[in-house]
Amino acid sequence: MRHTISVLVENEFGVLSRVSGLFSGRGFNIESLSVAETVDPSVSRMTIVTSGNDQIIEQILKQLNKLISVIKVVDLTGADTVDRELVLIKVNADPETKTEVLRLVDIFRAKIVDVAPRCYTVEMTGDEAKVKAFLQLLRPVGIKEVVRTGLVSIARGM
Amino acid sequence: MKMSGAEIFVKALADLGVDVVFGYPGGAVLHIYDELFKNTKVRHLLTRHEQGAVHMADGFARASGRTGVALVTSGPGATNTVTGIATANMDSIPIVVFSGQVPTLMIGNDAFQEADIVGITRPCTKHNYLVKETKDLARIMKEAFYLASTGRPGPVLVDMPKDVLMSTAEYVLPKEVSVRGYHPNYEGHPKQVESAIRALLEKERPVLYVGGGIILSSAASLLTDFARILGIPVTPTLMGMGAFPGTDPLYMGMLGMHGTYQANMAISHSDMIVALGARFDDRVTGKVDEFAPHAKIIHVDIDPTSIQKNVPVDIPIVGDLKDVLKKMIKLVKGTKEAAAYREKIAPWREQVRKWATTHPLSYKKTKGKIKPQYVVEQVYELTKGNAIVATEVGQNQMWAAQFYKYDRPRTFLSSGGLGTMGYGFPAAIGAQVAMPGKLVVDIAGDGSIQMNIQELATAVQYRQPVKVVILNNGVLGMVRQWQELFFQGKYSQTCLPQIPDFVKLAEAYGAKGFRATRTEDVAGVLKKGFEADGPVFIDIACDPNEMVYPMVPAGAPLTKMLLV
Repeated sequence: MRHTISVLVENEFGVLSRVSGLFSGRGFNIESLSVAETVDPSVSRMTIVTSGNDQIIEQILKQLNKLISVIKVVDLTGADTVDRELVLIKVNADPETKTEVLRLVDIFRAKIVDVAPRCYTVEMTGDEAKVKAFLQLLRPVGIKEVVRTGLVSIARGM
Repeated sequence: MKMSGAEIFVKALADLGVDVVFGYPGGAVLHIYDELFKNTKVRHLLTRHEQGAVHMADGFARASGRTGVALVTSGPGATNTVTGIATANMDSIPIVVFSGQVPTLMIGNDAFQEADIVGITRPCTKHNYLVKETKDLARIMKEAFYLASTGRPGPVLVDMPKDVLMSTAEYVLPKEVSVRGYHPNYEGHPKQVESAIRALLEKERPVLYVGGGIILSSAASLLTDFARILGIPVTPTLMGMGAFPGTDPLYMGMLGMHGTYQANMAISHSDMIVALGARFDDRVTGKVDEFAPHAKIIHVDIDPTSIQKNVPVDIPIVGDLKDVLKKMIKLVKGTKEAAAYREKIAPWREQVRKWATTHPLSYKKTKGKIKPQYVVEQVYELTKGNAIVATEVGQNQMWAAQFYKYDRPRTFLSSGGLGTMGYGFPAAIGAQVAMPGKLVVDIAGDGSIQMNIQELATAVQYRQPVKVVILNNGVLGMVRQWQELFFQGKYSQTCLPQIPDFVKLAEAYGAKGFRATRTEDVAGVLKKGFEADGPVFIDIACDPNEMVYPMVPAGAPLTKMLLV
């Protein structure tokens, strides 16, 4: 099963490598990992999307907790969360496809952030389903390049 | 007053109570060595290889319970420590390794003798540091010793760039350590402990399966009390040797791949396994799916990751064994239930005893070549079990575990998890440094001893009277055993036709050498060797065809043992 794990870590060099090395060294899978500083500059938050059976997830959570640089580990799976991912998509914008791109951008509340003679770069944020749907609809138009941040997730309310 | 990083390093070592460092100098740590030259509180032992230094620190730690310290230079000095660090990591041994590093500004430039040792050792340390500023050095050292020795112990590496050692800062050694991501849980949950005891008392065929955690937690006497109060048979892992008296009637011997018939049968028929500071290594479980098929499992460990990692556990207890065993003992000591339980499981003890008599540990005492098991037995006879025994890895290690009885913790030093050939001799030297009055014996093979034989110079220089008993069979015995059993006797690269004359070699280093080639000479030669001053090699020509039995082939269930 897929799990989204939120990890607070010391904001030091090498921490990302400790965490990713834990996954690679033990044969666990990382689907996505995003990390940045929190309001406290000495602490960073990682959102890790991974998958495995209950036993593997239990090990992942425990092993993460065991790292000295890890301050807190929360498995957000099943919790009421807000999930977002940012994608930048470079898409064909020929005279015959332009309108379709603009229409989709509008529907998905995306934004065109760069324009070139034959292509647009589109910025879109949303949860996984929305990103997936948007990419699917843009595919026939001709996607040249995609870059995604990976999921970030936060529990709702207090 | 401001001090240089090198001065801070040496002062902090002394203030942290370190009086022995095993090390090897080099360009990046020259300033430290200059400080050590002036210092009288910290004793430095010059080893002949950095791997030797780390194993010595490890042996020092295992024998004494104190944190071992190694100091090396950058680049090759640092990379030579990796095997020693990984060894300590697998066996949870508290050591701190200090490595020199090229100056901060040169890091990442592929400078002379540069290696990213923090990156290299990240997966095999409990934690590691690169010191970026001189003002942080003392604090990091304090943290390093704290992390190494608390919770589940382990190796910590501190990498110190040369400029950090040369620059100055105020010396501030913090009183307290606070690492916000590190809170080992020492106290076992009382409700869990209670339910464990309740579940245990309902069962009829219990086994105490004990590992190195008992020794690390200094809980051996509590374990002994607990086992005796309830009359439960005990089996240790390789790392748990000495955690429970090897001469006690409840002792079943080691379990697992080369465990006793008694221990493996007991585990396989048990209805309740109480695992204490042991982690269900594959060398212990055999085929995991068929491990202890009838048993509920109570697992006590300070490290939550050990629980549920290899086998499903019914009652997990995270905590320090000292705390948990105290709580367990409190619940049963002097109670009617305990007495009734001892009575109730008497038939089980009888069954266990029968298994011991049907297939005891033994070997064929044929005439001719010396049997290595006999040598280990003679070492036991001579030392009356009072020695600290280190081992190399392979057949010598298994025979040392099977045929010597360890009554006290910290008397059996062996590379369990990593299986590091070349471990025993330097570890024995480290143990001897920690325990000057003790007889320290390294039981070695002719293959293993050659992996760190250069440390004989260290032993001679510092007059460390370690006795090395070489079970010399001219082969890499354990690998050869596998080739014999599973590769139709094709001895690919396991014969060692070119073996040095260990007696002459010992003499060349300034040590003493003795040799036995006939069974009737073994006891006499051992006695002469043990009584001689200084380090000694005792070369014993053993039967190359001798195998370690019982043996559970890899991947087989524990009940499928090959017996003598």
